[in-house]
Amino acid sequence: MSLSIRDLISKDYVTPGTSLCAGCGALIIFRIFHKALGGKVVWVNAAGCITMLIAYPFTPLKSSWMYTAMACAPAGAQGIRDALDVLIEKGKIPIEEDLKVVVVTGDGAANDIGLQSTSGAIHRGLDFYYLCYDNEAFGNTGFQYSAATPYGSRTATSPPTPLTPEGYRGEKKDLFEIWRAHKPPYVATVSISHPMDMLRKIEKAGKYRGPKLFLSLSPCPPGWGFEVMETVRMAKLAVETGLWPLKEAVYGEVHHTYIPKKLKPVEEYLKIQARFGHLFYPVKRDEVIMKIQNEVEEYWKKVYDRELSREDAGKS
Amino acid sequence: MMRTKLISELRPRREIASVVTRAKMMTGNLAAAWAARLAEVDYVPAYPITPQTEIIETISQWIALGEMKAKLIILDSEHSMLAAAGTSSLTGARVFTATSSQGLLYGFEMLYNIAGWRAPIVLVNVSRAVAAPITLEPDHNDFLSTRDTGFILLQAETCQEILDLILLAYKVSEDHRVLLPSIVNLDGFHLSFTREPVKVPEIDEVRSFLPRYNPPYPFRASKPSAKGVAVLRPPLYSFFKYQMHFSSLNALKVFKEACDEFEAYFARRYDVVEKYMADDAEYVLVMTGSFTSIGKKAVKIMREEGLSVGLLKLRMIRPFPRQDVRKTLEGKKAVAVIDQTISPGLGGILYPEICSTLYNAEKKPKTILPVIGGLGGKTISLDEIRYVVELMKKHEEGGEAEPVLLFREDELREVNSLLKMGVGG
Repeated sequence: MSLSIRDLISKDYVTPGTSLCAGCGALIIFRIFHKALGGKVVWVNAAGCITMLIAYPFTPLKSSWMYTAMACAPAGAQGIRDALDVLIEKGKIPIEEDLKVVVVTGDGAANDIGLQSTSGAIHRGLDFYYLCYDNEAFGNTGFQYSAATPYGSRTATSPPTPLTPEGYRGEKKDLFEIWRAHKPPYVATVSISHPMDMLRKIEKAGKYRGPKLFLSLSPCPPGWGFEVMETVRMAKLAVETGLWPLKEAVYGEVHHTYIPKKLKPVEEYLKIQARFGHLFYPVKRDEVIMKIQNEVEEYWKKVYDRELSREDAGKS
Repeated sequence: MMRTKLISELRPRREIASVVTRAKMMTGNLAAAWAARLAEVDYVPAYPITPQTEIIETISQWIALGEMKAKLIILDSEHSMLAAAGTSSLTGARVFTATSSQGLLYGFEMLYNIAGWRAPIVLVNVSRAVAAPITLEPDHNDFLSTRDTGFILLQAETCQEILDLILLAYKVSEDHRVLLPSIVNLDGFHLSFTREPVKVPEIDEVRSFLPRYNPPYPFRASKPSAKGVAVLRPPLYSFFKYQMHFSSLNALKVFKEACDEFEAYFARRYDVVEKYMADDAEYVLVMTGSFTSIGKKAVKIMREEGLSVGLLKLRMIRPFPRQDVRKTLEGKKAVAVIDQTISPGLGGILYPEICSTLYNAEKKPKTILPVIGGLGGKTISLDEIRYVVELMKKHEEGGEAEPVLLFREDELREVNSLLKMGVGG
């Protein structure tokens, strides 16, 4: 049975009212993901914004939660998965008590400090889901740059100055490709602006045993600098400008699940966020904006070529 | 000599059955593996490090042969290993793991977490001195760095004690009055690769002594729970830490109870401390671990010479057995604490603990002599122990408490010649 948009409305495992920021993109992703997975899950968390969901003695979850430490959520997931498997195999607990094991971390933990334990878990073929909400900085500690921060962003540790007019000078790490290089059964990018795409991917991933990895852009009102009602709009613009491609890879084979007919200029996305404000005021930094635009176009040229040739191959 | 010994230990068959006593000759590492097997652990997250490797190799072999029903998995680091150990325990598995030195330190963050999660795993630390300089040889700085984590700390002197203490550790850790993890420490090389006769208990008796782990709130689909969560109110943090403290103190009583039961099953007697000719002695050495055997030998020889010497071995380091230590050392002319640790700028780690224990004693010894020896695999000779006893006698009226750093003349000569090569002079 296929999930429909109706399922999104009817099922909820996160009660209203949490301690996360208003307009938090991560919470929207988390809610949708939870709806799709159902209630029999244990979330395994590494330090990040979403850790703040739960503070003793309150939890908004109708499911289980394990906070580990910043570096080792996938290893924590390994322990729970293995223990459930062994206890079920030994007949110590009934199969009905089994749980889906889901890691949820921010981009800070996913890209750097937790990358080793993630790589290990993927390599070991751990049967788990991994959801990374990517707000493109260390959001919970006040928006310092992370390995997921894009070129040109202002963060608390990459301030635009006369010496560094572009703000952050590094490039965003390609976590999708790092995950994909391990050839797990399933890797996908998702966006809250495209919930049906996300649902379809979660449903598809559920058919595979092994690591199932989801990377979602997570617009962050206080960090990015936009109004709290604009979260979904930000996510949508990221997809439509081509900055956040929606794709999946089954055992390493990439397929784009949404191909914009015409890319919107990145400027439309950049100019409405305070973190890129220095690219427009007091002087417009065309060279920085062009660099971002060119990189997006370069990426999509390859995608168009590949997807078109795939279509041609399908026709012949 | 150590090298040749090591190579011979790597040969696959390590057991030599002794028909008469049912004791088998085995290394300390093998004794540790046997304890995990007898405890019928469910899960062994691991990461290899010398000198611990033989433990996880042996368990791997038993699992592969179908002789042991458990899952052993090599993780990507000790940090991950300990994370998996903690969460699997919270899911209700009986968990065993082992590491050494750098590995213990690499996973250090998770030690505090596992204890705070109240996950009663048993971790065997095969002690090895901590870099830098890097070495494979043992001392107790790795083990005793864990003293504030909340783990129950036990230290073995012999291979038999390794096996027995691991079984006792599960019994104490899993008791709901305690629910704290344990570290059982054994000295690298001196125990890990040294064969001694070890009596291996029958599995039925162990099952009866150590029933299946009954986790209080395991992860189950029918009972959602949140674990390891933040406390944002400072009083909550303090409250939970005090709870850990009280639970750790409970372990003193629970350990003694467990020892009584253990003796009834297996006819071997343990306690939180072990006294060797200490009751009527005027001068007492305080030691831990495998070097205690050297200390006992020295005490025996000196007794034969008419010296009033005894020894106190600390078997349990956390909770710290204050009462037993005080009772033993009260009224002595002098005490010497031989630490196999160094906290540069202070001295040994156990010394201040012994001093604080005796501070309020009615008849406290006038002299408590701090001694450091046996670092990084350096042995402590009988002569050095004799020297320590002479110092105790010399300073029995009290005096300076700067640590005595044991170093023999022949060792100094060796070091000097190596230094010459090292600096190219």
